[in-house]
Amino acid sequence: MKSKADVVIIGGGVNGCSLAYRLAKKGLDVVVVEKRYLTSGATGACGAGIRQQWSTRENAQLAIQSVKIFERLSSELGQDIEFRQGGYLIAVHDEKEMKQAEKNVAMQRSLGLKVDILKPEEITSVVPILDVKGMRAIGATFCPTDGHANPFKTTFAYADAARKLGAEINTHTTVIDVKTAKKTIRAVVTDQGTIQTDMVVNAAGIDSKTIAEMVKVKLPLTPFRKEIMATERLQPLFEAMVISFKDGIYFSQQKEGQIVGGIPIPEEKGGYKTMPTFAFLQHMAQTLTRYAPVLKHVNVLRHWTGFYDVSPDARPILGEVKEVKGFIQCSGFSGHGFMISPMVSFLLTELIAEQKTSEVLESLSLDRFKGKNIEKELSVVG
Amino acid sequence: MKRSIVCRCEDISEEDVIQAIEEGYTDIEELRKKLRIGMGPCQGRVCIQLVARILERKTGKKVAMIKLPKVRPPLVPVSLGTLASENDEK
Repeated sequence: MKSKADVVIIGGGVNGCSLAYRLAKKGLDVVVVEKRYLTSGATGACGAGIRQQWSTRENAQLAIQSVKIFERLSSELGQDIEFRQGGYLIAVHDEKEMKQAEKNVAMQRSLGLKVDILKPEEITSVVPILDVKGMRAIGATFCPTDGHANPFKTTFAYADAARKLGAEINTHTTVIDVKTAKKTIRAVVTDQGTIQTDMVVNAAGIDSKTIAEMVKVKLPLTPFRKEIMATERLQPLFEAMVISFKDGIYFSQQKEGQIVGGIPIPEEKGGYKTMPTFAFLQHMAQTLTRYAPVLKHVNVLRHWTGFYDVSPDARPILGEVKEVKGFIQCSGFSGHGFMISPMVSFLLTELIAEQKTSEVLESLSLDRFKGKNIEKELSVVG
Repeated sequence: MKRSIVCRCEDISEEDVIQAIEEGYTDIEELRKKLRIGMGPCQGRVCIQLVARILERKTGKKVAMIKLPKVRPPLVPVSLGTLASENDEK
């Protein structure tokens, strides 16, 4: 392992690896340290969806710009990340939800996004297996350019490209301490050796809070266990991701044919437990077969847990903290880290390599929680 | 071309596994995510031990020392209809 680097990134998920790639491309000497293996955290457990339909303008902007990067990412990285745009269908269940949906759609359209409000009878023309009565929908919103990519292949492709540009990626390497002097980053101590550096990116997912505590920075993050399941492979049935904010369900058919989806565990509280629960599986099966009764004949192969690292407004914490020079946050994604990773790494690369900041980066700084008026993201699922 | 099948569910051969190891995927979880071994209906019962053997041969790390993927429920395929009907819906 190198003993010196321009930047040390803690965390080998999609955000850590994409940032490593972009910084290495700018000529910086980058070292990534990952406690387990690449994609071992939230990236590897996620639902693979890429959505632009958000309630806050910042999230919608980040997602729209991210999709533009996703569209050309396979050719940029020289590996197929299996990006495809089958759209996201968001079920609307009552008048109150419809009012919020109309507000969201107006804002999203003002950013140039193509989004439609569907009547109940139009829902099955997008996803034929749905039972509109069973899902109790009075309508839906649909954005055809939302979609999916393969989180493993995306992360591995970033890591391969980063390595080719000279970045060093160390898996099975645990950070023990982050050293500072005069409120400035000095070194990262791991179980495999110490790396001298004046810049650390904290992209450690639910462990970000622990990393920040090493330099006495408090992050307002809470880990939430989430469960997700996969079925056996089926012939192609539908292309869109189906989600409902009211029921919390999301599901889609992946490229290989399996249906992957999740729903909140009944009465779940924050914490670090990882055991999958039968309560989830039953609740998911009941809701999924209510939405798409034909799926009752389909076998579930496995279910697993992952974590959302949830911030108070369900938006990420990005950029340098005031308290420690060179300590950059890349956490608090609240379940949306994969889909906005292209823009996150773009913005942080501007900040780190060119000392350039932006309005959106400022609005996502840790400092925002010191003010009173934070706008909470409402369009959260799972 | 002769292929020795390692993972029957996902149609992955010994050559595919060796190639991925040579590309640097030396963790069984990474191989699983790269190649989808162990993600089919058998959930790794057929392939994972074979992959561990290949890893031992290629990396020198003893099979006993290779950490196997987590076992994930349900242990055998169960239909959504069965899972949904376990109790009456509240």
